[in-house]
Amino acid sequence: MNHPVRPLVFLALVASSLNAGEIRLALHSEPKTLDPLVFADESAEAIRYLTEGVLIRINRLTQQPEPELAVSWKVSDSGKRVTFQLRKGVEYPDGSAFTSKDVVETFHKLFDPALHSPIADTFQTEKGAVAITAQGDYTVVANFPAPPSAFEHLFDQVAIVSHLAKQRPAPGLGPFLIGERVAGSHIVLKRNPKYWKHQADGQPLPRPDAIRLEFQQNRDLELARFQRGELDLIDTLTPDLYDRLAKDAPGRAFDAGPTTDAEFLWFNMAPQSPLAAYKKAWFQSQAFRRAISEAIQRADLSRIVYRGHASPAAGLVSPANKQWFDAKLSPEAFQPADAAKRLADAGFKLHGSVLSDAAGHEVEFSIITNAGSKTRERMAAMIQQDLAKLGIKINIVTLEFPSLIERITRTLDYETCLLGLVNIDIDPSGLMNVLLSSAGNHPWNPSQKTPATAWEAEIDRLMLAQAASSDAAARKKSFDRVQEILREQSPMVFLLHPNSLSAISSRFPGAKPSPFFPHTFWDAEHLTAAAGK
Amino acid sequence: MKPARLVAIVFLALVGISALVPRLWTPDSYETQLREAPDAPPSARFPLGTDALGRDRMARLLYGTRVSLALAPAAALLSCVVAALVGGLAGWAGGWTERTVLASVDLFMSLPWLFLLLTVRAVLPLNVSPLTSLSITFALLGLLSWPASARVVRAAIHSLRDSDFMLQARASGVTPWRLISRQLIPNVMPVLLAQFWIAVPVFILAEATLGMLGLGVSEPLPSWGSMLRELEGGDLWSQPWIAAPAVLLAAVVGCFQLILPREDYSI
Repeated sequence: MNHPVRPLVFLALVASSLNAGEIRLALHSEPKTLDPLVFADESAEAIRYLTEGVLIRINRLTQQPEPELAVSWKVSDSGKRVTFQLRKGVEYPDGSAFTSKDVVETFHKLFDPALHSPIADTFQTEKGAVAITAQGDYTVVANFPAPPSAFEHLFDQVAIVSHLAKQRPAPGLGPFLIGERVAGSHIVLKRNPKYWKHQADGQPLPRPDAIRLEFQQNRDLELARFQRGELDLIDTLTPDLYDRLAKDAPGRAFDAGPTTDAEFLWFNMAPQSPLAAYKKAWFQSQAFRRAISEAIQRADLSRIVYRGHASPAAGLVSPANKQWFDAKLSPEAFQPADAAKRLADAGFKLHGSVLSDAAGHEVEFSIITNAGSKTRERMAAMIQQDLAKLGIKINIVTLEFPSLIERITRTLDYETCLLGLVNIDIDPSGLMNVLLSSAGNHPWNPSQKTPATAWEAEIDRLMLAQAASSDAAARKKSFDRVQEILREQSPMVFLLHPNSLSAISSRFPGAKPSPFFPHTFWDAEHLTAAAGK
Repeated sequence: MKPARLVAIVFLALVGISALVPRLWTPDSYETQLREAPDAPPSARFPLGTDALGRDRMARLLYGTRVSLALAPAAALLSCVVAALVGGLAGWAGGWTERTVLASVDLFMSLPWLFLLLTVRAVLPLNVSPLTSLSITFALLGLLSWPASARVVRAAIHSLRDSDFMLQARASGVTPWRLISRQLIPNVMPVLLAQFWIAVPVFILAEATLGMLGLGVSEPLPSWGSMLRELEGGDLWSQPWIAAPAVLLAAVVGCFQLILPREDYSI
């Protein structure tokens, strides 16, 4: 006899098998911390994105703000006050209700100076910090000392942690929870049964049962595993691996166009660095920096190193960031003759094939970059040849990452450094921790007590002014000027904006790659494995 | 002379001459980037094609041969000398000296030498020439790789020390120095040679691996190790010529094995 429940059980099993599926992808390093209030690295950011809830989420495809834990928000008091109405009925995995207390407590922890959170820096304005207060259980007010700019982007990066959590990370309000962590191997994220979002038909989200994040530093192995079907997504492919995959499996390799990331070289201009005085003088010379910039063939870097999957950079902001890119700027033209003249005017002399400064010191310096990055090693080799034509000798030194970070942030014992910036936030305020002279991540001269140069003081003033303004036109004008100063002074030689190259297996036909991080799993909660795959 | 040995000698001579005078084979420099021809397939001008930056692979292979064939054997020699001294002392002296030395060898083998290499790279001055940097790397490899060979040498000397002919020599009043120079060293030499030839390709491959950590050869200087790194991520099916450094390494090591008398490897 057929039991009436059996068809229902069967349907439930079918439904569950359609929703079922594990997304498998690789992280290129193990996250340094899983504290969602501290931005540590790209791996930690990926896990935070998948496991934590935010008040407002910027849609990675449309770049438009969408309500998440805040159902609505209202701007008042001449733009200085933002009042958020919080979503009701949302629960943390431990069963506790999400209320305004969690939001207030999150910001209290975030702004704790002892935490040293770079996220907190982005809320900084010249007139002070934001004050977050609760008005009842489901209303939160953010009082800014001055009208904030693009505040939606600021709140997209703040994970709202439970005020009851005794330690971080604690199970959060995102679609997934950290299920299993094996040091040096993988992290498995399992679906959050208390996740508040549902599909249009009422089915619960997220669709995938789990996300398996393997730690796989070697990108060739990552691609091999993808091709064997062991991984479903590759969030960033190197250009050579992209070309290989595009040849072997054209439908699985995606070039989503220019990213907001930038590759650049910067000079160590810190007065306290242990460099010889004459080298400090070179790097602090605007003419020297501009000459280096003019002598580099960016088009070749793009065509050869990135196989055409990158655009020569005009500045820190990519043309992909249409709202904030300064259209007056174009990539520095390759002008070796102008560069040589500029150096000659600054007192440098060419003796045969060797350039010397006015005091007779031969111009020789090192470029450090991270070991294991083929693209950066190749770019450095091409820059080496370009600058050799000016009589400049370059020594390329690849260092493993901790040694590199030690040199550029603590000992300052380096001359120039070739690295990249992953721009997650397209708003200029997201660059405060790089461009403010007081910032620890200010590349060429970090943590200055007062700006060392007049042009850095002007950048500080403009950045703080744009952060405190709600007038879009005024902000654009300020930030355009910042980009122009960076170009005129060239403390950083901007090289390229790489394209977003990713791979998506046929198991997940619904995945839509985005030029913004995370490129392939930004809508992981909606991804469904194709039937039979 | 066996034909195989003759072929090996001719081949090694050819490789040696080509490495010393690369211009015999190619007019191009190992560092010149022909940017209009990156990743070019083999042609009359570029018999092994060009690399990702448009540099002549043949030129880089020949210059790399010069670097690797000079430095890897030097590092292997250094390693064998240290191994002979330490292992020889332990095997010859015996007793508590042997036990102490063996304990030290075990301790040395258990050290995380990779971190030592990373530390050395981190404290090296940045403006050192690629050749100096590479020489330091090989010297470190030589200084860190002796313990395994030292154990083998100790075992060989221990066995020789107690052999009948040594006993007879000692009984005949031969001085210790003469015993070592005339009896011990000639008999332990095949063991050291075997260790040497095992170490050469190992060091070449180690240099390739260390490149991933920033300890290998730096641009633009080529080495077999840096060229072998091209295989990682390279597409051997469509570009089989990128395997040339691996083929040459195997051929050179094989030829060295052929020219050594096989009976020399037994004590």
